[in-house]
Parts: sequence; C-alpha cells; structure tokens
Amino acid sequence: MKLHEYQSKQLFARYRIPIPQGEVASTPEEARAIAEKLGKPVVVKAQVLVGGRGKAGGIRLAQSPEEAERVASQILSMEIKGIPVRKVLVDEALDIAKELYLGVVIDRAQGKPVMMASSEGGVDIEEVARRSPEKILKATIDPFLGLRPYQARELALGIGLDKSLLNAFSSIAIGLYQCFAENDASLAEINPLVLTADGRLLAADAKVVIDDNALFRHPDLAAMRDPEEDTPSEREARAHGISYVQLDGEIGCMVNGAGLAMATMDVIKLYGGNPANFLDIGGGARAEQVAAGLRIILSDPKVKAVLINIFGGITRCDEVARGILEAMKAVEVKVPMVVRLVGTNEEEGRRLLAEANLITASSLSEAAEKVVALAKSQP
Amino acid sequence: MGILVNKDTRLIVQGITGREGRFHTRKMLEYGTKVVAGVTPGRGGEEVEGVPVFDSVREAVEATGANASIIYVPAPFAPDAIYEAADSGIPLIVCITEGIPVQEMVKVKSYLKAKGVRLIGPNCPGVITPGEAKVGIMPGHIHIPGPVGIVSRSGTLTYEVVYALTRKGIGQSTAVGIGGDPVVGTDFIEILEMFEKDPQTKAVVLIGEIGGRDEERAAEFISSAMSKPVVAFVAGRTAPPGKRMGHAGAIIEGGTGTAQEKIEAFKAKGIPVASHPEEVAELVEKCL
Repeated sequence: MKLHEYQSKQLFARYRIPIPQGEVASTPEEARAIAEKLGKPVVVKAQVLVGGRGKAGGIRLAQSPEEAERVASQILSMEIKGIPVRKVLVDEALDIAKELYLGVVIDRAQGKPVMMASSEGGVDIEEVARRSPEKILKATIDPFLGLRPYQARELALGIGLDKSLLNAFSSIAIGLYQCFAENDASLAEINPLVLTADGRLLAADAKVVIDDNALFRHPDLAAMRDPEEDTPSEREARAHGISYVQLDGEIGCMVNGAGLAMATMDVIKLYGGNPANFLDIGGGARAEQVAAGLRIILSDPKVKAVLINIFGGITRCDEVARGILEAMKAVEVKVPMVVRLVGTNEEEGRRLLAEANLITASSLSEAAEKVVALAKSQP
Repeated sequence: MGILVNKDTRLIVQGITGREGRFHTRKMLEYGTKVVAGVTPGRGGEEVEGVPVFDSVREAVEATGANASIIYVPAPFAPDAIYEAADSGIPLIVCITEGIPVQEMVKVKSYLKAKGVRLIGPNCPGVITPGEAKVGIMPGHIHIPGPVGIVSRSGTLTYEVVYALTRKGIGQSTAVGIGGDPVVGTDFIEILEMFEKDPQTKAVVLIGEIGGRDEERAAEFISSAMSKPVVAFVAGRTAPPGKRMGHAGAIIEGGTGTAQEKIEAFKAKGIPVASHPEEVAELVEKCL
C-alpha cells in the first residue's frame, strides 16, 4: 500500500526527520491560507500515487498566496495518468544547494534491509543505478541490530558530505530505518534529501510503501489507504479475497493460483490474443468467490471472451462449476466462455457445465487457441 | 531417494486442529506420509485423524522423534511457529502459510541461518517425493516417481507441469515449491545444488516468475556448477510493471524483475526455456 507524500512526511516527522514546513489542502482557498501562514514562496505539489507528476505539471512554484491559490486551482483540476488530483501539499520552497538520495528497501537476494545513499538525488534512482552504479552506496542492515551509527557515517562520507553534516545525516538515516522497521514498510525513500544554501538537510519529498501483509498490525496506516490506488474492480476483488489486476486486452481470465494465472495470460498472448486481466481466485475457492470473479471480469466492457482455467488441487472443479453456473444466473453473459477444468472432481465439474452453453478444452494450449479465435470473431 | 523428504520423514503438523491442518493431515496420511504428531497449543491430548496432538513442538519431538514439521498456522502466528520448531531441534520446516509480513521473514531467515535449520516457504505448496512422502498441499495423485526434479515459486503452475510430465510417463524425483514471497527460506540455487547431488534426479525443471533476480542467479549457477540438464519456464511475460501479480514477490519494480530479463538470462547460458507449461514436458523428454 502506497502512502501519499504528505502522509509519508507526517510519518517522517515522528522519527525526527526534518521536513519542510507545509500542510495539505483540498481546495485552492485552503492552499492560499497555508501560503499566507507560511509567509514565503511555496511549492504546490499534486498528491497522487503515480510517478511522473513533475513532468505532468503537478508540481509548481508560487511566489505569493494569490499565485498559490491560482496554481492549486489548476493542479486540483488535473488528472495525472488518469487519476484525478484531490489534494495538494503546500510546502515552503527551499533554497537548494544540493540534492541527495536516501532510501531503504528489502534486498531480496540477501533477505535483508539495505540502505542506499547517493550524491545524485532528485532524479529516478533506478536511472542512476543503470547509468552510474558506483554513485549508489549501500549498507546492509542486520534486522536484529538495526542501522548502526557507523554505517550511517560511512554512507555520509561515501557520498562526499561535509564532515559538519555527519550528525545531521546520521540522525536522518537512523530515523528513516526506524520508520521503515516500525511501520513494516517495503520502501522508505527521501528523494531528494535537500541540502539548503544555509546548510540544513531536509526531506523535500517522501515515499513510503507499506507491506500489505503487515497491515493487520497497523490499523492506523491501513486507514490511510487511498481507494484510488486501485480501480473500482480491483477494490471489489479485494473485498472478495480475490487478486485482480486490470489490463488492456480483450480476453478475460479466471485462474486458480498466481503463477498459473500469469502463465495463462502468457499463453493467450502466445496465441495472438491479449489478456484483459490477471485474476487468481485463490486456493480452495468457493462457488461465491467464483461468481464474484466472473462478475468482475464481465463488468469490463473490453472483454470479448473469457477463459477459465482451473487446476484442481485444494480447489475442487465441481465447486468452481457451481460458481460459474451461479454467476451465469445472476449476470447476463453476452460473451463466449471457454472452460478448462483439470484435477480434483473434474468429471463432476464437466458434467455440471455440460448443461450450460460453454466451450470446454482439455489442455491450456487448446483453451487459449479457442478463446482467441472466439474473441476475434466477436464484433 | 529424491531430496528433502522421503519414507523416513517423521512429520509434525503445526496447526493440526485448524480446518486446513486437519484436511491436509488426512490427505498426507492417505498418501503414505508418516505424520507422527500434531501441535496446537492448549489442545494437547486430543487426536486428529488418529494422530496425537501435543501442546508444544518440544513435547511432540520428545514423544515421537519427529524430524520435520509442516506449518498451517495463520500468518500472524506463523513466525512464532517457525521459531518454536527451530528451537525444538527440527532440521526441516515447511511453511505453507501465505501473508507473513516480509520484515518478519527477514528476521526468521537470519535466525534460521545462524541455527543451520532449513526452511521451505512460506507461501508455498510444500515438497513431495512421489511414492515416498507428501509434505504439502499438492494433489498427490498427479505425481509418479521418476527422474525429474522440480523447483518452483508457484503452486498450481507446478501441478500443471507435473501433470504434463506424468501424462508423458515421465516421473518426478522430488517437486519443491520454494514459495511466492519476496523473502523465502530457501532459494533456487540451494535446491538445484541438492538435485545435482541426488542420484535419482537426471534432469531438473525450474519454474520461475516475475520479481527479484533469483532466476538470473540460478542461470549463472546452472552454467557454472551443474552437470544435469535443466529446463526453465518463466511466468509473467504479459505482466505490467509496478503491479503485484497475486504473489507478494511477483512484482516488476524499477524496471527489473521482468520475465524477458529472466528468459534472456537462461538463454544466454544455453538453458532451454519453454514458451508454455505443456512445452516443458516436451523439452524435458528431449534431455532424458
């Protein structure tokens, strides 16, 4: 779950990480009032959970409260990558001498957290990693010890910070790791970490991603979820315990298991079609989950045909078949459906479906070939 | 033979009185797995499917001489169950549970490494050595004993490949699901190493997916340290960046972890890559 910049900064402040003075606004008038209170030039920043908001015109400077109001009004009427801007952060504008990078992630290969620092801040860190990997310094963190102060000092010296900034930088680095660890983050990032002309270090931007699997023990963070991080269909799927990701293709798919769901999408592509979604109904799915899944798939107007691929293990094919029949009673199915059922109780499942008007297949390749042909024959 | 589990495996089921634990205990017993004890704190003295239940892993180990444990405990309590098994002297732990916070797994992995305890999973289907022992949730009947080792990050996708092999009459030495989380107890390379040493295994199937760089490292290892042929399959060619595809670990982040990169890594080392799951069996047939 991604946090907005303003939420991430509020979290940072609890860990003594210096942030610019500022507040979040939902209307141009509020933005003006914040700028008046700050009494200095401000930067007005769109709060959306997608990258590239700067390039899209979602970050603008304003010299006066009037200008802040005008700029906020423009940004609040924007859509960035299809997502409407609901809030702006109004921060004091900083007098920037240098932009640095500081972030913590889980290094999957080592299975440990790693703190990364770079003298090249303010740009995409992956870009820096590709172009000049030597400019990124890393410190592997022992999860039982946390970030040691010496590691923070080594990072500071390694990115060429002046010795007078050692303590300030270390305090930020240690705070950032604490923030990462205590909130079950999978990413905590300051980019840029700004060094101002008068020698202060501040988190000018903030990005925190919380591990979805840990939200059960962070109700305060779970309450911060922006529903617009996901599409309405993705939200409905979540409520039914289904993993669903909407894509751009024309063939809806429903599969049990994440790996098999991806493989099914790939095989559709291999046969010349395009998947409309990823959908994993999960292990041991019940009829009502299957029905919900099918409803979600069919609510996508781009879908011209549906492929259901079930490999029964814990999931029983007859239970899936019942779900399909139940869904077909509740929603009008206007597109052809190809079903492939293999494994536990497959005969019973096939028998149930024989009465419905469905196309069956015995192998995944055959199913994909059929569904792609059917989708192409649709208007 | 095979790896990790066999007919001498004496298994404890942690979480045996839960719905999942109970159901899969029956399935494992039906398969012939020696399930010697179950553990649910506070339920000691009961029986599930004829298997005695204990209050702690330590008691269960003392009473039965168990040498492996499988965990069906809900995510909030699963890390504690893993620590308990490790501290009770169990050398092999298989954790089925999905949804354990990644930072908990970071600690678990670090702790178990220091103790020298092997963990398979979490968020995995388990391990099966066909004809000997099933320690997991996979459908036993689709497997037959034979020469092919399988290692995979996925569950049902593995069944699909096993099914295709079995239909061609090609059996399996052991099938290992290492789990779909970003941090798991055992990675591809460790399992490949075991298959390389296992006399029953003549060829290996590696089933990867998007996210991380474990497949790339496996490709390096296969070309530098393995004599046995390996066939690879990577799921997620059509997965978009930045979206988690069901598994917590299946995500393309910062442009890395794509299926294309992984497929290229295998091909660059001359390792055959199947374009769909059923083709895996055809490629394996050619290697044997």
